[in-house]
Amino acid sequence: MIPRERRDVVVLGGGPAGLAAALAASESGSDVLVVEREERLGGILKQCVHDGFGLVRFGEQLAGPEYARRYIDLVEGRRVAVSLETFVHSVRREAPAAARRAAAADGDPGFFVLTCVNRDRGVFELEARALVLATGCRERTDRQVFIHGDRPAGVLTAGLAQHLVNIEGLLPGRRAVILGSGDIGLIMARRLTLEGMEVEGVYELKSEPSGLSRNLRQCLEDFGIPLHLSTTVVEVHGKRRVEAVTVAAVDQRGQVLPGTERRVACDTLVLSVGLIPENEIAESLGLSLDPATKGPRVDQAGESQAEGVFVCGNALHVNDLADYVSESGEAAGRAAAAFAARNGAPAARGRLVPVKAGPGFLYAVPQFVDRGRPGKAVLYFRSNATLREGARFAARAIGPDGAPAATLLEKRYAALRPPEMERVEIDVALVPVDAAAVSLELERKEGLRG
Amino acid sequence: MAETRKFVCIACPRGCPLEVDAEPDGKGGFAALAVRGNACRRGEDYGRAEIVDPRRSLTSTLRTEGAAERRLPVRTTGGVPLGRLVEAARALDGLVARPPLKCGDVIVNNLLGLGVDLVATDDLSAAAAADQGRKPAWNN
Ligand SMILES: Cc1cc2nc3c(=O)[nH]c(=O)nc-3n(C[C@H](O)[C@H](O)[C@H](O)COP(=O)(O)OP(=O)(O)OC[C@H]3O[C@@H](n4cnc5c(N)ncnc54)[C@H](O)[C@@H]3O)c2cc1C
Ligand code: SF4
Repeated sequence: MIPRERRDVVVLGGGPAGLAAALAASESGSDVLVVEREERLGGILKQCVHDGFGLVRFGEQLAGPEYARRYIDLVEGRRVAVSLETFVHSVRREAPAAARRAAAADGDPGFFVLTCVNRDRGVFELEARALVLATGCRERTDRQVFIHGDRPAGVLTAGLAQHLVNIEGLLPGRRAVILGSGDIGLIMARRLTLEGMEVEGVYELKSEPSGLSRNLRQCLEDFGIPLHLSTTVVEVHGKRRVEAVTVAAVDQRGQVLPGTERRVACDTLVLSVGLIPENEIAESLGLSLDPATKGPRVDQAGESQAEGVFVCGNALHVNDLADYVSESGEAAGRAAAAFAARNGAPAARGRLVPVKAGPGFLYAVPQFVDRGRPGKAVLYFRSNATLREGARFAARAIGPDGAPAATLLEKRYAALRPPEMERVEIDVALVPVDAAAVSLELERKEGLRG
Repeated sequence: MAETRKFVCIACPRGCPLEVDAEPDGKGGFAALAVRGNACRRGEDYGRAEIVDPRRSLTSTLRTEGAAERRLPVRTTGGVPLGRLVEAARALDGLVARPPLKCGDVIVNNLLGLGVDLVATDDLSAAAAADQGRKPAWNN
């Protein structure tokens, strides 16, 4: 028999999302366990040693580990159980056992059983009423980017470069080229420069940078590192170690413009080409993914379409602020605790009203509003293009006849950019009981300011 | 002659585009006259400071000895003059952090006489005896 441990709520992942979820669930009276595969809590923040975290939450510019530490201290202070260096092999749903079936209510969704392994305990099972997926995101790698040439040493992702420098204390080389203008790449351009490496330049395929404006300024401009837009790396040279790359200008469709190729000597190529939610476990549970966010579809408390499975943080969609990650973790943790406390009693879940993001949005989260959860619902969205002249945002409830039934929120933005995620709140009580959808609209203001 | 400088506010992630009227102060530097485009007070302060005396906080990591981790993350408690940022980073190269340390502990008082301290941004605990040698000993 595989030993089994019972909990109300199991949280997968000990980054800022998982820590906030565990804390909120524990404060709501749940018996919680955090499962983390690494040897320390904190998630990716452990290696994000730069500052700028916590402005929304704490009104301070904290470094990543410092932000994580605040939550780790709170979690440890409440004696929330944590299982480190623990791998989840599989997750399944199990009906209430025969012995308990007599007492189980009709429609009892049962339990989640996680088969886990770690060094101290070997193989063991965890049983929980509710599951919170806070597994973060992973980096796209060069396999998802098309570059000719060999794969010599010296080609690495920005996250790996960050790990090497900040956790291991190793410099990846002497002279770097950075492909992609994502925030981690920009942060690493500065970090490598300050550690004594030369960063030749940052190359971005698109005609607009994908990182935050503040990072363009404080990570590139401050150090005179050039940013080449509409330019990409087409070839890597070098047999065992990178010796150079060929860069070239591209047209609007991303096609290389012949004759623009240029050889740049370097021993390191850093790829900063984006992040995607980590959702192996979500997929194994059969959760449907939103093609726009690449994360599961959820309601405003992070509950997926599978009852009792909650998702938060970067596992849901890639956030640019840890503060919002913590916020989504709290919502998921509270709701997971409430779900577990029902102990299988028939679902109190209300009707899920789909959130429909119209043209102009890259995506919006959550994908549903649960009418059964009273109070405020927090919505996050990104525009799909830069709207320098500003925009009008509106959230409207659509009635069963397809006509607008209520205006939930109207807001003006001085400017919107895809890298900057926006956050708004709506009052769920304003959504009519029979609403067919919550529709989000973005109207760009041409030539208008303010 | 006053000139208008345009740059992004870096005081928070919102990144408001600022316009600051700057004028030579007669002592080789600049004075800020007016700040526009800021959505809050901090942006005004930042806009002025950026003209008069641009500063950036420095974040980095230090080598450790006898600790569970190979590096200790650190930051300065305030801004370092932008022109001396690389110099300040080099000044950390020879430093070694030894456990136990708490997040917020001061590692260096008044770094390079710049009026800012260097503090730990994480706890640092001693290596568990069993852990010694478990991790490969990387150089530096
Ligand atoms: C390389 C990288 C660098 C980043 N740098 C920045 C930055 O500089 N600034 C910024 O604001 N944001 C940055 N981000 C975004 C950052 O991830 C978020 O701000 C925030 O840390 C996300 O928190 P999270 O808890 O959702 O995920 P994470 O912090 O990634 O935490 C997820 C945790 O889950 C664990 N885990 C995953 N799968 C399993 C499993 N199956 N079983 C057990 N545990 C599991 C992981 O080990 C990890 O500890 C970065 C992201 C990456 C990938
Ligand atoms: S002006 Fe205020 S709101 Fe705008 S970026 Fe600066 S600090 Fe942030």
